[in-house]
Parts: sequence; structure tokens; C-alpha cells
Amino acid sequence: MSSEITGKKIKEHEPLITISRRKSMAFWVRLAIRAGSVLVALIVCGLITRFVTGDDPISVYSTMLEGNFGDLDKMWYMFYNLAMLLGVALALTPAFRMKFWNIGGEGQVLIGGLATAVCMIALGGRIPDWSLILVMLISSVTAGAVWGIIPAAFKAKWRTNETLFTLMMNYVAMYLIKYFIERVDQSGSHTVGPKLLSHGWLPTVLGEQYLLNIIVIAALTVIMYAYLNYSKHGYEISVVGESENTARYVGINVKKVIIRTMALSGALCGLIGFLLVGGFSHSIDPNIADGRGFTAILVSWLAKFNPFTMVVTSFLIVFMDLGAEEIATKFGINPSFSDIMTGIIIFFIIGCEFFINYQIHFRKKAAKEAE
Amino acid sequence: MEKVLLFLIRAVLQGTPLLYGATGEILTEKAGNLNLGIPGIMYVGAISGVIGGFFYQTSGSVNPFLAILIPLLSCLLGSLLTSLLYSFLTVTLRANQNVTGLALTTFGVGFGNFFGGSLIKLTNSSTPYLALTKISKAYQNFLPFGNQQLGGQHGFLIYLAVVLALIVSFVMKRTRVGLQLRSIGESPATADAAGINVTRYKYLSTCLGGMIAGLGGLYYIMDYSNGVWQNDGFGDRGWLAIAIVIFAVWRPHFAIVGSYLFGGLYIMYNYLNASMQVQPLLQMLPYVVTIIVLIFVSVRKKRENLPPAALGLSYFREDR
Repeated sequence: MSSEITGKKIKEHEPLITISRRKSMAFWVRLAIRAGSVLVALIVCGLITRFVTGDDPISVYSTMLEGNFGDLDKMWYMFYNLAMLLGVALALTPAFRMKFWNIGGEGQVLIGGLATAVCMIALGGRIPDWSLILVMLISSVTAGAVWGIIPAAFKAKWRTNETLFTLMMNYVAMYLIKYFIERVDQSGSHTVGPKLLSHGWLPTVLGEQYLLNIIVIAALTVIMYAYLNYSKHGYEISVVGESENTARYVGINVKKVIIRTMALSGALCGLIGFLLVGGFSHSIDPNIADGRGFTAILVSWLAKFNPFTMVVTSFLIVFMDLGAEEIATKFGINPSFSDIMTGIIIFFIIGCEFFINYQIHFRKKAAKEAE
Repeated sequence: MEKVLLFLIRAVLQGTPLLYGATGEILTEKAGNLNLGIPGIMYVGAISGVIGGFFYQTSGSVNPFLAILIPLLSCLLGSLLTSLLYSFLTVTLRANQNVTGLALTTFGVGFGNFFGGSLIKLTNSSTPYLALTKISKAYQNFLPFGNQQLGGQHGFLIYLAVVLALIVSFVMKRTRVGLQLRSIGESPATADAAGINVTRYKYLSTCLGGMIAGLGGLYYIMDYSNGVWQNDGFGDRGWLAIAIVIFAVWRPHFAIVGSYLFGGLYIMYNYLNASMQVQPLLQMLPYVVTIIVLIFVSVRKKRENLPPAALGLSYFREDR
């Protein structure tokens, strides 16, 4: 038998390995596979750390634990990081459920932060703080929503590739912030810090600077879960994500759902920007989002777009990050070590999904004998 | 006049790493794999070359031939291994390409900065960078006419970038292999039915693409920055390379023009009498231009200018 196109002879033989899609899998087996992959990843990370630092494995893990739970400050910081990462992941999830690859979370957070900072500078001291905070909130959410709507509108109307579009929007936002800093900063330090952004700080709750942000995100988690699973909007998002044709057939306005969902996704990212600038750092630079817009994609995907599971996956990422940072400080190695560790863990989790979705069959011996 | 010429030369020098990245990414995307790990792979390529060069330079005398060969091979090896990791996860294990690519970028940039930082520590120097001057000289002086140009010394890697782009362009457009590769990017199921080995092509294009992109990192260190590695020095050039892929509507020979144009936009603020304040807006231009091209292409819907139809989707034979 030969093929016209390849011009090659095709040999007929049964392959050693065949793969088929798995129909379903018990919940606990899936959980076990995922937990197993995390465990293997942690062992690999431990081995690498041992190789790099010469420390013994037990001490490696205890250093990581210390980096996260070492003292009260570290715990607060861990929870704060967890909340912010989770927040961005929650914001991106509605879009992902719709199979809209919004990798512009970073830009949407940044533009929200920028809108907040602009309000703080323009209106700070001229109107009472409570109304300033309100204006900051509204403008950051609007800015984020606009940053989400632009690619969504083009996707809805002309099917413009949203992955590439949202990716480019990140850098537009980043350079806008750089421009803002150059304009506002007169001292030549290329930073805009608490001195310039002196008004409109969000109140601290119970004297803890991180607490307000954590509470907001906790509430958002529950609301997002309800929105996605128990509301008409959430249902429409799922249908569009499964099949646009089906959605059209049952009378869902697909374009409207795409734009509305991305507006929500962008608006929530803008809210995170507001919390980052107004609630904690009171400064703005292109790194305020700290790559969370990208990491959150991984968090959301690893959790299969379930808001409560995302708490676990974002904890995993933050734990690795802060743990590896602690190791880096303790042994005086480069802090980029944590990126390598995070990468390894994610590779393992990504890889293990294969064993959940697919089944591997080896060539049977019986078939061989029958020949 | 001399200033204009100088600007043009600097634009080419600045555009070359982008051209490597864009050529590699086009090759990868044409087979349907959206490799967002390219920025990471370019970092890995750069640091692998630096590691090879560092150990060769510290080992004693420097032979110009080996000084080029060792970093080149270690750069290719490093970017090959990372591309293999990406291919294994997305092609064999059918993982989500966006997620895998982004994770690879996190990993690759971290990898580069970690080993870069560690090497800097090894040299016990107080400066936050590592200089491989001898190796860099070997790269820059490889061509006899390299050091007489206006923009200073430059080596063969600049010409290699153009040659590679033209080769990829030719193979893609004029050969059977290229036709089969493109058919996989448009519809892997159809290609599979026609007897084309989808897995092999995807592996090959991703790995070759990754290696080409890795060379961009090597060029940046050895030639453009005179052998100086600095953490995060490569910046967001990897993402700019992905932008050029769109700008060049997935054609490597357009990417040559696109890269030099974007390279020029990237450094234009040095040559305009604009104040510092406008500089970020000028640097933003490449991305804005890319967005406009992306919109324009999708509105016109000319078949040959659209992204490959199966871009970003994993292929599983039984899923038809």
C-alpha cells in the first residue's frame, strides 16, 4: 500500500503502545494521581536543592516550611500573596471556562493599578478620602474592563486570535505605566511611591495591613463559585465554552456572552490592580503584578477552573515560591531558584493530566502469538 | 546622514535576536504549536552558550575556532533540551500549549538568571555581570570585514539569521516537507489521514524552531552585548519576537523586515530629540503596530494571512 501524498510505503504493524481516551475515572483515583505528581515533583525539587546547596533533604523541606510559616509576619505575607494570586486566577476563570484564552491578566491588573494611581495623584487631597477611594475603585474596574473588552469585541466580531491580542495588550499597559512614571516623577528616581500617592489609602482592618485584601478575595472566591455554577450567566459561559454552535442553537447570543464575560474578567483584574496599589504598596511600577497575570493562568487551569480548588493550587505555587526564596536567602544562592522550582512543579502537574485523560495499552502478547 | 546610517545599522543589530526568535516561532507555529515558551528558550539558549563559553575561557588558552564552536553547541543543546520538554508535554502528553509554554518561559527565565547569577558569583567579582570578552571577540572577528562597519564590530550570526529565515521560508513554500508541515498546522486530522506522521513533524518543527530561537539568545550575549551576561538583560525581546510572527503574517522573509523595523522602533528614542518622557511611548509602538496588524489580518480574512487554523490545539487521532 502506498500513499499518493507521502510517496512512502506504509508498513502494517501493531504499535507497541496505543493510547485511548479514558471515559471516566473515580474521583479519588484522579486525586491520587495529582497528589502523586506533586509528591514526585517535591522529591525532584528536594533532590535538585540538595545538589545545589548540599543541604540534606529534610532540612530543605523544613527551610521551605519556615519560609511560609516561620513567624507571624511570614504567615501574613504568605496569605497575602496567596490571596492576590488567587484573585487574579478567579478573575481569569470566567473567560477560560468560555475557552477564551485571556493571557492578558497581567495587563488588565496593571491598567487597573494605573487608573488607581492616576486618581490618587489627580484628586488626592482635593476631595475627601472616602470619595477618592470610591472614584479609584470605579475607575480601576472600568479600566480593567476596557482592557478586556477590546480583544473580546474583535474576537466576537472578526474572530481575531485572542491569545496573541491579549498578550500584546500586556505590554501596552506596561509601557503606559512607564510613561506615567516618567511624567509624574520629578525627582529622577523613576519610581512613584507612597510620597506621591499619599492619599486614598485603603483602611487597614484590625491593624493588619494585609487583612482587607485577603477578606475581599475570600468573598470573591465564594461569589465566583456561585456565579459560575448557579447563575444563568455561568451556565451560558459553560455552553459557549463547550460549543459555540450549540449555544447559538439554543438561542444564546454568543457575541454578547463573550464581550460580557471578558468585561467581567478584565474588571476583576482591574480590581486586583486597585487592591495592589491602593491597599498595600501605595506605589506603582510595571512590576506590581509580579507576573501573577501569567502564573494565575496556571493556577486556574491546574484547578480545572474550580474556584475552591484554586485555593489549593495557588497555595502550592505560593508555597514553592516563598519556600525557594527562603532557601535562596539561607544559602546565598540566586533568588531565581524559585522560578525553576515553580516550573518543575508545574511541568509535573501538567504531565500527570495525561494519565487522567488517557489510557495506555501495551501490545498484547496474545496477539503476537496468534500471528 | 551618518546618523541615519548609524541608526539603520543599530536597528539591524537590535533586530537580529528578534529575527532568530521569530523564525523559530514561525516554524513551530506552522505545525500548529503555539510555543509561548520561546522567551524562556531564548534565555536558556543564551545561558547555555555562556556556560559553555565560561568553562572554555577559564580552562586556559582560547582557540578562536573552539571559542565559537563550544558556546554554539552548548547553546543548541540547551535550547534543544527545553524544546524537547515542551514537545514531549504538548505532543506526546497532549498538554495545553498555552499553559506549558508559559510555564516553560517562567522556568527558562529563572534558569537563565539562576545560572547566570551563580556564574557571576563563581568569578568572585563585585560587578553584577559576567564578561566573556575573548569568546565575544572570536564571534565578532570571525568575518574579516566585520570590524570595519560604522556600528562597530559584528559577527557572522547576523548573516546567519537572514540565511536561516530565507531557508525556512523556502522550505515552507517550495518543498514537499514544507507543504506537509503547513498542512499539519491547518488540519492535523487531514494530514494524518493522508499518511503524514503528525507527531514526528511536530517534534521536528518545535525542536528546530527552539534551537533557532536559542541562537538569538547566543547572538545577543556574544555579539550584541560583547560577551556580557547580565541577569534579565535580554528583557522582553522574546515576546517581541512572538509579536513579529504576527506582524510578518507567519512568513519568515517578512520577519526579516519586521525584525529590523521593530529593532529600529526599540532604539528609536536614542536618535530622536524626544525627551525621556516619550521614550516608553516609543517602546510601546511595536506592540501597538502588532495589534493593528492582527486586527487588520482578521478583518480582511485572506486565507493565506490568517494564523494556522489548528494553532494551539493538541491533536489526538481518536478525537475526530
